[in-house]
Amino acid sequence: MTTLSVNIQDEQKKAQENINAQGLRVLVCSGTGCIANGSLKVIEKFRELGANVSTLTAHDKMTIVPTGCHGFCEQGVLVLIPELDVTYVKVHVEDVEEIFDEHIVGGKPVERLLYVDPKTNEHVKKSEDINFYAKQTRTALANCGHINAESIDEAIAVHGYEALANVLKENNPDAVIQEVLDSGLKGRGGAGFPTGLKWKFTAANKGGKSYVVCNGDEGDPGAFMDRSVMEGDPHKLLEGMAIAAFAIGADEGYIYVRAEYPLAIKRLRKAIKDAEERNYLGKNILGTDFSFDLHIKEGAGAFVCGEESALLASIEGERGMPRPKPPFPANKGLFERPTLINNVETLANIPVILLKGAKWFASMGTESAKGTKTFALTGEVNNTGLIEVPMGTTLRKIVFDIGGGIRNGKKFKAVQIGGPSGGCLTEEHLDLPMDYDSLAKAGAMVGSGGLVVMNEDTCIVEVARFFMNFTQNESCGKCTPCREGTKNMLKILEKIVHGQGTMEDLDKLEELAVAVKDGSLCGLGKTAPNPVLSTLKYFRDEYIAHIKDKKCPAGVCAAMKTFTIKEDECKGCTKCARTCPVGAISGTVKNPHKIDQSKCIKCGSCMSACPFKAIKQS
Amino acid sequence: MSTLFINGKEYEYTDEPNLLEVIRKAGIDVPTFCYSPELKPFGSCRMCVVEVEYPNGRVVVNSSCTMPPEPNVKVSTNTARVRRIRKTVLELLLANHDRECTTCDKSGQCDLQRYAEEYGIKEIKYAKLTEEDMKAIDDWNPSLKRDPNKCILCGACVRACQEFQGHAVLGFANRGSKTVVQPMNGKLLAEVDCVFCGQCQAVCPTGALTVKSNVEDAWDAVNDKSKKTVVQIAPSVRVAIGEMFGLKPGENTIGKIYAALRKIGFDLIFDTNFSADLTITEEATEFVERLTKGGLLPMFTSCCPAWVRYMETQHPDMLGHLSTCKSPQGMLSPVIKELLPKYHEGYTKENITVVSIMPCTAKKYEARRSQLRRDGKFETDIVMTTKELGRMIKEAGIDFKNLEPEHADSPFGEYTGAGTIFGASGGVAEAAARTAYYYVTGENIADADIKQMRGVDKSTRSKSVELDIKGTKVVVRVVSTLKEAEKAIQEIKNGTANFQLLEVMACPGGCVNGGGQPASCKDAKIKEERAEGLYTEDRELPIRRSHENPDIIRLYKEDLEKPGSHKAHELLHTTYSDMYTGSYKDLK
Repeated sequence: MTTLSVNIQDEQKKAQENINAQGLRVLVCSGTGCIANGSLKVIEKFRELGANVSTLTAHDKMTIVPTGCHGFCEQGVLVLIPELDVTYVKVHVEDVEEIFDEHIVGGKPVERLLYVDPKTNEHVKKSEDINFYAKQTRTALANCGHINAESIDEAIAVHGYEALANVLKENNPDAVIQEVLDSGLKGRGGAGFPTGLKWKFTAANKGGKSYVVCNGDEGDPGAFMDRSVMEGDPHKLLEGMAIAAFAIGADEGYIYVRAEYPLAIKRLRKAIKDAEERNYLGKNILGTDFSFDLHIKEGAGAFVCGEESALLASIEGERGMPRPKPPFPANKGLFERPTLINNVETLANIPVILLKGAKWFASMGTESAKGTKTFALTGEVNNTGLIEVPMGTTLRKIVFDIGGGIRNGKKFKAVQIGGPSGGCLTEEHLDLPMDYDSLAKAGAMVGSGGLVVMNEDTCIVEVARFFMNFTQNESCGKCTPCREGTKNMLKILEKIVHGQGTMEDLDKLEELAVAVKDGSLCGLGKTAPNPVLSTLKYFRDEYIAHIKDKKCPAGVCAAMKTFTIKEDECKGCTKCARTCPVGAISGTVKNPHKIDQSKCIKCGSCMSACPFKAIKQS
Repeated sequence: MSTLFINGKEYEYTDEPNLLEVIRKAGIDVPTFCYSPELKPFGSCRMCVVEVEYPNGRVVVNSSCTMPPEPNVKVSTNTARVRRIRKTVLELLLANHDRECTTCDKSGQCDLQRYAEEYGIKEIKYAKLTEEDMKAIDDWNPSLKRDPNKCILCGACVRACQEFQGHAVLGFANRGSKTVVQPMNGKLLAEVDCVFCGQCQAVCPTGALTVKSNVEDAWDAVNDKSKKTVVQIAPSVRVAIGEMFGLKPGENTIGKIYAALRKIGFDLIFDTNFSADLTITEEATEFVERLTKGGLLPMFTSCCPAWVRYMETQHPDMLGHLSTCKSPQGMLSPVIKELLPKYHEGYTKENITVVSIMPCTAKKYEARRSQLRRDGKFETDIVMTTKELGRMIKEAGIDFKNLEPEHADSPFGEYTGAGTIFGASGGVAEAAARTAYYYVTGENIADADIKQMRGVDKSTRSKSVELDIKGTKVVVRVVSTLKEAEKAIQEIKNGTANFQLLEVMACPGGCVNGGGQPASCKDAKIKEERAEGLYTEDRELPIRRSHENPDIIRLYKEDLEKPGSHKAHELLHTTYSDMYTGSYKDLK
């Protein structure tokens, strides 16, 4: 037992008193999404109104609290007033006065700014009653949207740094590692390696200089869980890192954040400064022998820097290219020293595991995957946004309960899960528990948790092409299979969506996919063929339709469309011929026109120009 | 000592740095483009992939060049899985390659060509390089040609530049399939601080980096009856060229080289070893003068043109440390042009063409230095590398292996053991020490072999040797690679340098491993054998001290008065210029 210079319970009490003194708290989301929707103006307006009025219901003052992301970005700007049990959605600066006058002063909720359930068409007042929130279990994101992300007091009031204080008091690093091992937590960044094991391996090299590195180079298209944690609850991440550093014997750490996350960087910088001032970071933390200096390294936007060895190279000032493994970072990482590298969400789970215990954490999830996982739910669902659910939750629950089903009554077709490294799952997988093993078996992966829902109007070959284009552009170019293999896979996919593919191309595509998966140097290359392999597995017919029938079943691929003029409906007005950008339409005035298919670029301009709807697409 | 299994058979291993070396030791060759024993493993080409089964049953496919050997693992080098990867890699690389093999400088020595043949690649399945994809070739410098269309992005050149020279002339740029290896911002090699050492070219497995050829120029000169062609051969050429004709590395073939050059039609044949002796008499004189009269120390040797260019571009404030002596090539050419007409009828300053055979690509650059002109003409007209001479001999149809040895011509053909060891790292310093000792004490050093200065392997790239010249302590620092040289410079800058003489050769191990030599990057032992060939000749020669070379003694007596004289300075010394262009090393 070590005596600390600070009693954390006293600190919590103090922090809570400060919060109580704020009066009525109006939480306005100021995550990146809501800021883009104008939340800063909303905040300003609220503050302006609050300053001029002194009598409010039950309170004599109100405080506007800018929070991190609530996850329900498409409904932004979100305004939460916990004491009044209300969540307002899609709030514009023009609405602020009404909320203030009617509800905050007048006590009557503003109905028109409440969330409308897409299934029942009813207004929902409390966020706990909104399906999107009601069906989630939030641990990593627990505080996001509920506290002022830039105030260390608010973090402390919700148990921030309590786990760190306990750990330092107990002064038993091995016990910390054991707790993490027992929790069953696995890496949330993509590969799903057991976190406790990683800690154990790194701790085995204790003695000299070691580092803790946080991988915040979130790059999957559409994924923003790490950004939300960094923006909404930065102290949780710092605390997780400090605990990790204590456990493995490190005294220095880096948070690698992509430069495209300026708000996250700003809030992290402030959080580090505040934590240093309160001695939760820096030298001799809370009066103990343990010191931990934390730096922020801004990434330059290369997707591959999310690969841990490339990330370390980037911190060292080298080009972000993956290095061969072994040696693993646990043995030889940053500046050739033992390095523990975990992703943001993984580290954000650490304080709560130590606070509530490994058992509590392991009680959530499945046999092989414990705890909760965040997903960035996007695509053709009614409710899009950031969610957190227990591991093993079925796809059906996510898409149809939390996501509120497919938009506009369309049919569910597939989900792409795990970003460009993941795979496509279909209707048959709707009841599959979402965990590492089940998804791997189905040819997909949890990855960082990107989840794109697709409806019947999505061309699956085009989806594969999209992701292949992404990985090809983001390949670091180091190893041959990834650099040249993905280039040729992309070329074949382009041929197919342009209606020029052959059945031999399909064989070549599969052959390449296997060689790239097997032969690539790093995780990026090894997983790059997944979207192709999984779509070939579940939607082979759709590929064949493109190749043999020259048809895109979803009607997406422009090259497969044919535009024809119905002779009997054409009045010979010449409008189509004048509109056509490539001169593919010929004909004389008052006589039916014709499209030269060899010249047509399928742009569809003629069809929209025709006043008689004589042009048909097939 | 542990054991592991390769293709079912048990093998012992000790301190091999990686699995690939263990496999090779077992007599199995695993193909690779990016691996070189002297460079850090990179794992980029994925040709050396093998299947490894661990005792716990886990099976991985990984590059053997990056995997440490582990006890009891079962390694399979030719499973269907790894063969498919290798074949796909080859097919992909070939598709993206300018496959004009017959006209390629590397034809016959290209690893890509060789593996394509060995793996029976008969068809290019994937999208082929088109006219529009072709990138511009950079041959805007005297030494090297860079053809990006032949580049397979293995990164060996990038690592050679970084790890040998501490330089980053070449680097990766762009991402995905647009990735290229190029000088900063896509500039030409001549526009950046490239020192033209050619080590990038030496490790390049394809024709992406090659030596600029002057073979045609040499033929033209030989065939031009109005010209008198005079040729000189550098020390380390004699122990390497034989490798191109099936002889062992290190075998001294100088007699055969003289014979071959005569057969080709060169008019007179001299030896750069002679001017190496001349360099020593001048350089030792300069060093003794600096040492005894309070000149600027430490003095840097100046034989290596890559090193000289490095100083001019990176540390122009320290040019005063460089010896003002020209290199042996630089000394012999003006001596030939100015003094030969006195000895041989029909030779005039105007009609002589000096051709030099060098182990070095930077010598081509050196010959074009503005300081090495005389009467508006370059003192050295044509520079060929060892490899180019080998090709010329082959083209001439000469059976090199079976040639009867001949002798060099007079008056610049005699040399001593001190001249011959110039080709290995430490040799210049050792030769200088032998003569400096004599100049200071009037006596010869008791033991001519100063073995502490020798050694060309990776572990001996920096050596510090203390000499006792009858009470005067002199510390000599011998380094090869500019990375090590830079460390010595930093010691001078921060005041911790304890040496008075710094010998620098830019290539690892010195000229025996020069950029113009036949490929020696795949086997680290080759350069050691070549160096051994030079030291053997040194041991066997009757005269081993430069100042005792009878041709040198006569040269001073008849033409140059004495070492360091005004006349000697006029012909044998040079100046340097500030070529600092704002180094990228200043970028923070």
